[in-house]
Amino acid sequence: MVQSLGYLKESPSQTAGPYVHIGCVPTFAGIEGVYPADLGKTMVNDNTRGERIAITGRVIDGTGTPLKDAMLEIWQADAAGLYNSPSETRGLADPEFSGWGRQPTDGKSGVYRFETIKPGRVPWPDGRMQAPHVSLWIVARGINIGLNTRMYFGDEEAANAEDPLLNRIELKVRVPTLVAKRDGDTYHFDIVLQCENETVFFDI
Amino acid sequence: MRNSPVETGAFFPRDREWHPKAYAPGYKTSVARSPNQALISFGNSISEITGPTFGQAMLGPLDNDLILNFAKAGESAIGERIIVHGRVLDERGRGVPNVLVEFWQANAGGRYRHVKDNYFAPLDPNFGGCGRCISDEDGAYVFRTIKPGPYPWPNGVNDWRPSHIHFSVFGSGFAQRLITQMYFEGDPLIPLCPIVRTINDPVAIAQLVAAQDMANTIPMDTRAFKFDIVLRGRRSTLFENRMEGN
Repeated sequence: MVQSLGYLKESPSQTAGPYVHIGCVPTFAGIEGVYPADLGKTMVNDNTRGERIAITGRVIDGTGTPLKDAMLEIWQADAAGLYNSPSETRGLADPEFSGWGRQPTDGKSGVYRFETIKPGRVPWPDGRMQAPHVSLWIVARGINIGLNTRMYFGDEEAANAEDPLLNRIELKVRVPTLVAKRDGDTYHFDIVLQCENETVFFDI
Repeated sequence: MRNSPVETGAFFPRDREWHPKAYAPGYKTSVARSPNQALISFGNSISEITGPTFGQAMLGPLDNDLILNFAKAGESAIGERIIVHGRVLDERGRGVPNVLVEFWQANAGGRYRHVKDNYFAPLDPNFGGCGRCISDEDGAYVFRTIKPGPYPWPNGVNDWRPSHIHFSVFGSGFAQRLITQMYFEGDPLIPLCPIVRTINDPVAIAQLVAAQDMANTIPMDTRAFKFDIVLRGRRSTLFENRMEGN
């Protein structure tokens, strides 16, 4: 016999379903007046420090069709590379930037868009610096457990080349699926759920 | 509640056998929306162990009362009045304080207030179907609503969703992010549902079934259901910050 570890099991995930908007972005579902605004819709104000950028793209299924009912969340460091979180012990992040955003894909075009700032670099556990990146979490009808991925910046070639996580992806041919192309102030980042050019998803 | 230090540990690995698989052909929509390639695993960095926080200040007084938060003055939503309460815990059994819990659901007839839902059951003019709250220092949360109705959905020719409430839960780190669904004790549709059946282990399914809680039921008023939510646990950082050779 042996002592029990006594750990609980994580609640199993279930799909967000087609009506995720009601709970998470209610104005998108046509529900007005319950909350003042959809949470996470606006990430940046006039006092936020950092370079203004937009991140836009689609979430594409195995038939090549963009999802029109997906929801994405992003989590990122501020311009100085600090997270606005109690678990951030390296310093105090920009109080004018929460680092978290939430957007649905458009019901007609399937396009999502975040207006944010470009994050600074943060360390890997061994102290090496990671390339600037944004963490993404994608849910939708038909997605049984939220998908975790990251977006890196196409104009950060030197940082990307030394990024500890990108370097441990064995199939180098897949690395470009994590790198967004820059066009002016906008980064284009399509997320491909399966088949050709399937985005790298992470088990974090 | 003890004065707990700031949580900076990495998360327990996710048990991917316990969760539903991405590809679950009984739930047809998952077929074209599931990655084919293996997930790439890596230990948590600061990007995964940190996460957004939300303060009580953002909540309105009716945010956790779905009976009233969309209703006209003096009116209320139609249906069985229920309280749903429980704790947000982590795998270590500790309450997780200050986490945002959001919920959404169909009305008593099984109809969602959403442009994509065209089921025959009528909308309730006094029911929106969304609510939210933030867990207290012990991880406890509570809200009041009406019991959602079951409804048919296009998957197999005769598939019905059991009564359920969708939950979106934050933790203290972005890697804890979770969306799941709560079912109701005794619902005969639970074992038939293709979405429930994306979960393989019956013990895992049972973890999503709220128990009727007569102790917390308000007599002559509102029935209670208890639903605890478990998020990933964090490792102790005691030896992880001690560099070799230092």
